[in-house]
Amino acid sequence: MSTLLPPSERIWWKQPVDRVEVLWVGIALVWCLILTFMMPYWHVFGKQNISNTAYHVNPKEFAARARAVDGKYVVRTEDGVPVVQPPPGADVYLIAHQWAWWPILELEKGKSYRLHLSSLDVLHGFSLQPENINLEVVPGYEMVLTVTPNHVGTYSLVCNEYCGIGHQAMIGRVYVTK
Amino acid sequence: MGIDRRFRICPDTGLALHRPAERLIKANAVAAVVCLLVGGILAIGVALTRWPAVHLLPVTSFYTALTAHGLDMLIFWIIFFEIAVLYFASSTLLRCRLATPRLAWLGFALMVIGAVLTNLVILQGRSSVMMTSYVPLRAEPGFYLGLILFAVGALIGCFIFLGTLVIARYEKTYDGSIPLVVFGALTACIIAIFTIASGAIVLIPTFLWSIGLVSHFDPLMYRVIWWGMGHSSQQINVATQIAIWYAIAAIVFGARPMSERVSRTAFLLYILFLQLASAHHLLVDPGISSSWKVFNTSYFMYLAVLASMIHGLTVPGSIELAQRRKGLTKGLFEWLRKAPWGNPVFSSMFISLVGFGFLGGITGVMMGTEQLNINVHNTLYVPGHFHATVVVGTTLAFMGLTYFLVPVLFRREIIFKGLARWQPYIYGLGMSAVSLFMMGAGTLGVPRRDWDITGAGLPFAPHWPGAAYLMLGLLGISAIVAVLGGAAFIVITVGSILFGKRLETGETTTAPSRLERAAPVAAALEGYGGGGTLVTPGTFVLALVFLLTFVVYYFISWKYLGTVWGLH
Ligand code: HEM
Ligand SMILES: [Cu+2]
Ligand SMILES: [Cu+2]
Repeated sequence: MSTLLPPSERIWWKQPVDRVEVLWVGIALVWCLILTFMMPYWHVFGKQNISNTAYHVNPKEFAARARAVDGKYVVRTEDGVPVVQPPPGADVYLIAHQWAWWPILELEKGKSYRLHLSSLDVLHGFSLQPENINLEVVPGYEMVLTVTPNHVGTYSLVCNEYCGIGHQAMIGRVYVTK
Repeated sequence: MGIDRRFRICPDTGLALHRPAERLIKANAVAAVVCLLVGGILAIGVALTRWPAVHLLPVTSFYTALTAHGLDMLIFWIIFFEIAVLYFASSTLLRCRLATPRLAWLGFALMVIGAVLTNLVILQGRSSVMMTSYVPLRAEPGFYLGLILFAVGALIGCFIFLGTLVIARYEKTYDGSIPLVVFGALTACIIAIFTIASGAIVLIPTFLWSIGLVSHFDPLMYRVIWWGMGHSSQQINVATQIAIWYAIAAIVFGARPMSERVSRTAFLLYILFLQLASAHHLLVDPGISSSWKVFNTSYFMYLAVLASMIHGLTVPGSIELAQRRKGLTKGLFEWLRKAPWGNPVFSSMFISLVGFGFLGGITGVMMGTEQLNINVHNTLYVPGHFHATVVVGTTLAFMGLTYFLVPVLFRREIIFKGLARWQPYIYGLGMSAVSLFMMGAGTLGVPRRDWDITGAGLPFAPHWPGAAYLMLGLLGISAIVAVLGGAAFIVITVGSILFGKRLETGETTTAPSRLERAAPVAAALEGYGGGGTLVTPGTFVLALVFLLTFVVYYFISWKYLGTVWGLH
């Protein structure tokens, strides 16, 4: 039971190490370096990176700005929620609040948009399905993210950060057209 | 009142049990099992609600049960048991009296009061904020107060562990350096102290906020500090569980570490590179730079992952060495085939090791990669991952140790031996299935902490693929298996304590013999393999299989990420 006994040599860090261990530590270390390398690599060559642009924002001010900007692009309403169709390259706003997403976005495939995302009350989770893109939405912080949809379709916007008793009902929609 | 120096010498194991320490270990272990029972009952409600065809609980009860399940399991069950392990590792293994037992009882009382208070407040239903209690969601003040009391109690336990190490050294109850298992426990204790400090920094202001004394708490700041506690504390679990793996290898096989140097250095890496592991939970948050995320999520170049990969080799390696020494040298795996698979102490430990590595470890590194997190954050993949680490890994390791400790501490034989043989398999495999199906559902986008994914009656109800519903159904079924396995554990252990055949207690002494050093190790290393071959070829092959799985899964994840919308 020598794992339960004091080591035979008091100076344990001078004890011999056999080849299996040395070999495995070497292999594992190389793998860890590859793991580390992949993240900066993807920042340079990958197309999916979280934006580093974010601002402190007052929720009221964010809501006002969102209504003003998105209001210009409303094309219709669905179930009382406006559908917003911004021109490619434009800034567009998405509000999360208990318990809905506002508005519905209608984007064009292959075009880029600057999406401004924030919450008016508690934490919410932006979860775009079935694409499975997930972002944290934090009140007081406005994330600005360039998105480029690459598939046409009707997407659900699910809230996946628990946000109170109506959490499961917080479902929105995004359209991507040709 | 003088110091109680009475020790009981266990006639089966020769361990010297300081009387007051023994009572404390029992108390903490029993409290732990009670929490496991409560958490397990809640698990039934939670899992069967997530199975859409059953959808057991109404919405409010679901979120209440989920909040309580998370805390009872992750915090109360695990930490009560860890305090028992700390006392066992310091006092029993070092044959030393426990420092200040009366203070230890105070710590225990605080932990019990805290756990009961928090549970009662949650059950009233106005504090369903999940264990993470992210501000500005607000729970009743008692919710935070209970957690703070519990944490203070646990902190007392940590200092008593350290105090006992000091006494052991001063009173020379052992010769040379502390044993590897105690070294692992020390690692856990040091990390625990840092963790509880983070907990205090976040929970005390939150408590003050909940009673109106503080007006605002930045939600992002809260997340950074809360996860400084929440994630680092997982490193306590890992360190404790690995110390238990080593201990069980020694208890069952008489194994010695392959080398003290590598195993201990790996424990040190946990302490050195723990850093802001909270980054794992903030990878898709606004307002935090990518360089901070990359540096912290990788624990500075994945050196803590390296440490776990090392233990993943050296623990089974130590078993292989011990078995080969006994003459089980045929082929690569005779040592493993002829292991005592019917002994629940061993089978729990081995399933814990394999499940933790293959299911928990690989997925954890995947999720903790800055960009890959985009595809899994807050989906059911996340609880899938941590049921592999903290349930298949930690909980099962604790169960294995319990099978050893019940006869030692309570001097009762294990009852239902036939059931006990199977229990680790039922629980371990059931729980592995729970993890896998949660991960499967998460890969398909199913959110965590969600009472009803169908969106029934809502204007924009989502369209989930049929496979997502299938995964949730299979999750429900495997949860039933896992719960049965958990129930079997509780029936066996509690039944043994109450009704097991009594064993003789052993004599009492006030001067147990000193713990002597292990025999020198050099000869053992040369015995096998000899010229050119490896000493533990079987373990090395298993490690390579692990690495291959890891590499394949990791790059598949990148490939999948590459197909989604462009983001920057
Ligand atoms: C019989 C065993 C168990 C089953 C069937 C089970 C099942 C589940 C399920 C279905 C969820 C909900 C996932 C969601 O909707 O987000 C969950 C959450 C959770 N479980 Fe378990 N679990 C079991 C044991 C454990 C154990 C032993 C631990 C810890 C040691 C644990 C820790 C947690 C935690 C921390 C959460 C997250 C709670 C939250 O999201 O706030 N579980 N479990
Ligand atoms: Cu929400
Ligand atoms: Cu939500």
